[in-house]
Amino acid sequence: MSRVSVPCHVKGTVALQVGDVRTSQGRPGVLVIDVTFPSVAPFELQEIMFKNYYTAFLSIRVRQHSSPHTPAKWVTCLRDYCLMPDPHSEEGAQEYVSLFKHQMLCDMARVLELRLILRQPSPLWVSFTVEELQIYQQGPKSPSMTFPKWLSHPVPCEQPPPLIEGLPDPSRVSSEVQQMWALTEMIRASHTSTRIGRFDVDGCYDLNLLSYT
Amino acid sequence: MLQEESDLSLIIAQIVQKLKGSNLYAQLERQAWACLQRPEIKLESLKEDIKEFFKISGWEKKLQNAVYSELSVFPLPSHPAAPPEHLKEPLVYMRKAQGSWEKRILKSLNSMCTELSIPLARKRPVGEQKELLSKWNEMGTDEPDLSLFRPVYAPKDFLEVLINLRNPNYENGDSLSFRTHLGLIQVPLKVKDIPELKEFFVELGLTTGQLGIDDSTQVPPELFENEHVRIGQKVLAEQDGAAAQQYIRQGSPTALRADLWALILNISSQPEDILYYEQLKTNVIQHDLLVDSLIYKDVKLTASNDDYYFVFEDYLYQVLLCFSRDTSVLGHFAYNSASPPKSYIRGKLGLEEYAVFYPPNVAPLCFLYHEPSKLYQIFREMYVRFFFRLHSISSHPSGIVSLCLLFETLLQTYLPQLFYHLREIGAQPLRISFKWMVRAFSGYLATDQLLLLWDRILGYNSLEILAVLAAAVFAFRAVNLMEVTSLAAAEAVLADLSTLKVMPLLQIFLFATVT
Repeated sequence: MSRVSVPCHVKGTVALQVGDVRTSQGRPGVLVIDVTFPSVAPFELQEIMFKNYYTAFLSIRVRQHSSPHTPAKWVTCLRDYCLMPDPHSEEGAQEYVSLFKHQMLCDMARVLELRLILRQPSPLWVSFTVEELQIYQQGPKSPSMTFPKWLSHPVPCEQPPPLIEGLPDPSRVSSEVQQMWALTEMIRASHTSTRIGRFDVDGCYDLNLLSYT
Repeated sequence: MLQEESDLSLIIAQIVQKLKGSNLYAQLERQAWACLQRPEIKLESLKEDIKEFFKISGWEKKLQNAVYSELSVFPLPSHPAAPPEHLKEPLVYMRKAQGSWEKRILKSLNSMCTELSIPLARKRPVGEQKELLSKWNEMGTDEPDLSLFRPVYAPKDFLEVLINLRNPNYENGDSLSFRTHLGLIQVPLKVKDIPELKEFFVELGLTTGQLGIDDSTQVPPELFENEHVRIGQKVLAEQDGAAAQQYIRQGSPTALRADLWALILNISSQPEDILYYEQLKTNVIQHDLLVDSLIYKDVKLTASNDDYYFVFEDYLYQVLLCFSRDTSVLGHFAYNSASPPKSYIRGKLGLEEYAVFYPPNVAPLCFLYHEPSKLYQIFREMYVRFFFRLHSISSHPSGIVSLCLLFETLLQTYLPQLFYHLREIGAQPLRISFKWMVRAFSGYLATDQLLLLWDRILGYNSLEILAVLAAAVFAFRAVNLMEVTSLAAAEAVLADLSTLKVMPLLQIFLFATVT
């Protein structure tokens, strides 16, 4: 399944908080990130990939292109996806995550805009976000070929010529040879990545200092 | 569903790739070629017939053991976009801390080199090589001058680094609030609590028979011990690695222990392995490393003075010197947060494999294995599976940081008065128990108790039991500890652990303490 990265514009995060941001003591627990696709027509979303940074739960809303007359509406396609099983501890806090089309609640056929809603209920963390956000759409399908006529419409086979005495049945031999050929191909294709185990260079192992890089 | 299937095929591909370079693969190939002569193998159904043959002759079991062993050791394949550093250690600040700790060690080694004007590694002259070869089995009798060598670091230094580990994204205000950790470790890793530990260590429960408890002289052997030994012999006869791992959770009979450990760690004594060991021995003889002197000094100071382990001094040298030259250990750096140090040979990049670790970890194994090559393999396998986690900074649940945090959390939750009292007198409990955990209790417990403990490490494939035992020891001596008034006095109360019985302590702490 090939995929193609879609260039996107990630707007700055907006914190949702009750009351004045400056005067209230607590930190916001909800952030919203808008993702737009200014240069691309409405596309079919295949995969969303990002690196988590201390976000506990993720919801995604999508705005799709529908018929020309009705205005596009926001629909929730992912609700409260858990990224950190325990929001107070480090598990899953800096993991790489991929979300696929089949995990979404709705069809992602003609995406115009995405809105990521990040939640982190724990007060232990100074900040939280998602990084390295990348959106992928379906890659181009392999070009369709037209098959030659004899391949797509095989000629009905004629009566095979009578077997010559003393020789084995040709169809049996060909199936056995085919199996063996498949096995040899497999062996040829495989290689191992084991180390040989030598650590000296040209028989010399004189070291003077260890390097810091 | 799609995700799980693709994960499974990824895991399978990874294991196949790993096993392809192994000895077992070559043996299976040879067997497959040899069995082609047999009459029951037909050409049309070649694949199925060979598979059937493997099942009958026991080779499938060996393959199963190898796969099971790989699954236990290697971490699951991660996200395709994750860089390799992420696989070693997902948290960025821990990677940085490990990097700066390593730099410190390198600096120390380099300065030692330049001060003493000794090269880090050099080829030995032929005369010296001959001498070493003749003295190979009695290296302990040699008494070179090692007074100028200082140890590169002590457990205390490592503990200081762990105490200063901070997550930059963690709100750790100056004022005491619910966020501050009362113990020494200040990173919020996920650790198990007692209900989760009870579930994890369910085979240690009160209703299950244990070696270490139910084989004492007062208990008639018909109740548990005889049956347990019989099952152990059956497991060994079947050569089933997964069953052995399950079996050993209840402890291993002394007579079967060596073979059971070899089965679980998937080590067989093939001629190739003995040859590999000989090759390493040749490397030791041909090249002299600075690290050798450090190892020598360390062993002289610790194991040679120990009442139980001094007999194995020569074995220890043989194993450790070879270990420091074994490049196959480099493979474990893929999932270890540490990195091997590099150096330049004649302008080209070479890798110096070294690990400054603690020899007493080897000593208990000497009780089990007598041939150097098998002893060496067992030690190497235990190191790359478990003990390396005790020396590197990582967020793994069996890493030393998690063990320390688990210990402190258990103590705080279940013995709050003791914890508070010790903290008030300036004797943070971790300062005392750190040296036990970082050595996996070797050198502190009696040998038979230590081996029972290490049975469980193998059985549960995790080092968390070390932290639980440390907390259990504190719980056991709680009454005395409540009366001390200084760190030195607390250390004196906990100085001698050689009379402790490990399994009753663990059982009481996990299953019999009223909370």
